[in-house]
Amino acid sequence: MKFAKIIAVVLLVAFVGIQFVPTERNQSDVVPKTDFMLVNSVPDHIKSKLQTSCYDCHSNNTQYPWYNKVQPIAWFLEDHIKKGKAELNFNEWDSLSNRRKKSKLRSIIKQIENDEMPLDSYTLIHREASFSEAEKQELIQWVERLKDSI
Amino acid sequence: MKNLKMSIAAMLLLTLSFANGQEKEKMNHDHATMKMDHSKMMNMNNDAKAEAILNDYFNLKDALVADDTKKAAQEGSKLAASLKAFDASKYTAEEQKELADIIEDATEHAEHIAKSEMSHQREHFKTLSKDISDLIAITGTKSTLYEQFCPMYDGGSSWLSTSDQVRNPYYGSKMLKCGKVKKTIN
Repeated sequence: MKFAKIIAVVLLVAFVGIQFVPTERNQSDVVPKTDFMLVNSVPDHIKSKLQTSCYDCHSNNTQYPWYNKVQPIAWFLEDHIKKGKAELNFNEWDSLSNRRKKSKLRSIIKQIENDEMPLDSYTLIHREASFSEAEKQELIQWVERLKDSI
Repeated sequence: MKNLKMSIAAMLLLTLSFANGQEKEKMNHDHATMKMDHSKMMNMNNDAKAEAILNDYFNLKDALVADDTKKAAQEGSKLAASLKAFDASKYTAEEQKELADIIEDATEHAEHIAKSEMSHQREHFKTLSKDISDLIAITGTKSTLYEQFCPMYDGGSSWLSTSDQVRNPYYGSKMLKCGKVKKTIN
């Protein structure tokens, strides 16, 4: 019993302790001129879908959930955002060459087609971010057209 | 015993957490250096470097033909390394720009192939094949190559081969001989 108490205290101290480790915040008020929405004419409904389903991890500005500052959740989010932005940052879209754009658009199509994006861990909490079958088809077709126009 | 295990777990969690926190800064820097890698390459015979890329590409293709994910992943990272080692300095400014673009795109696909499962590897191989053809169009190659085409995979997909016999890297054993020679290069 005494041991159990000690362990509980250790865990508590650890939990409190890790709260002091800072994380990087992915937030910015500026939407650069290279943003996907600014350089492409994106229909409103697709715009809002991309914003809700993709931009949290694939742009310079994340709409953080309320629990985002609690460790170790904050690390988990930070890691996802970092990886997401490394793969694709919609804010920097126009800095890509046409070859790179086509390549990215192809990957976007495949990821959505195969239900790999948005991540399950994301849609679990952001229910509105998941795609219905109709939304999927619509988005894929639109992205295909954009890809063929480049 | 149970208590001991739990306290070890608690300590581990604590250490891990801190280690993770420390890594943060480092990762940002890594990105900057990664981008620069393209410019600092050794000065050697260009053609040899293009041939090395081709060679890795064919090994990767053969691994996909053989449905061997693990081998394909290994060849993918080898290819990524050869791509990064490419030296464009003897080409014209315009060619250099095009080559840098091709290399950047191809490297990303090769790196993805190095860490994905088969279906993903094949998706990336499609775009990679286009990049490699474009690369060869600029650098040229010693060997005779065949551009082959499978009408079934993803609305029609091409790849390069050193043999005129069709061995399909997109389907492997499932449809080994599906496809045709579209073009002979050299």
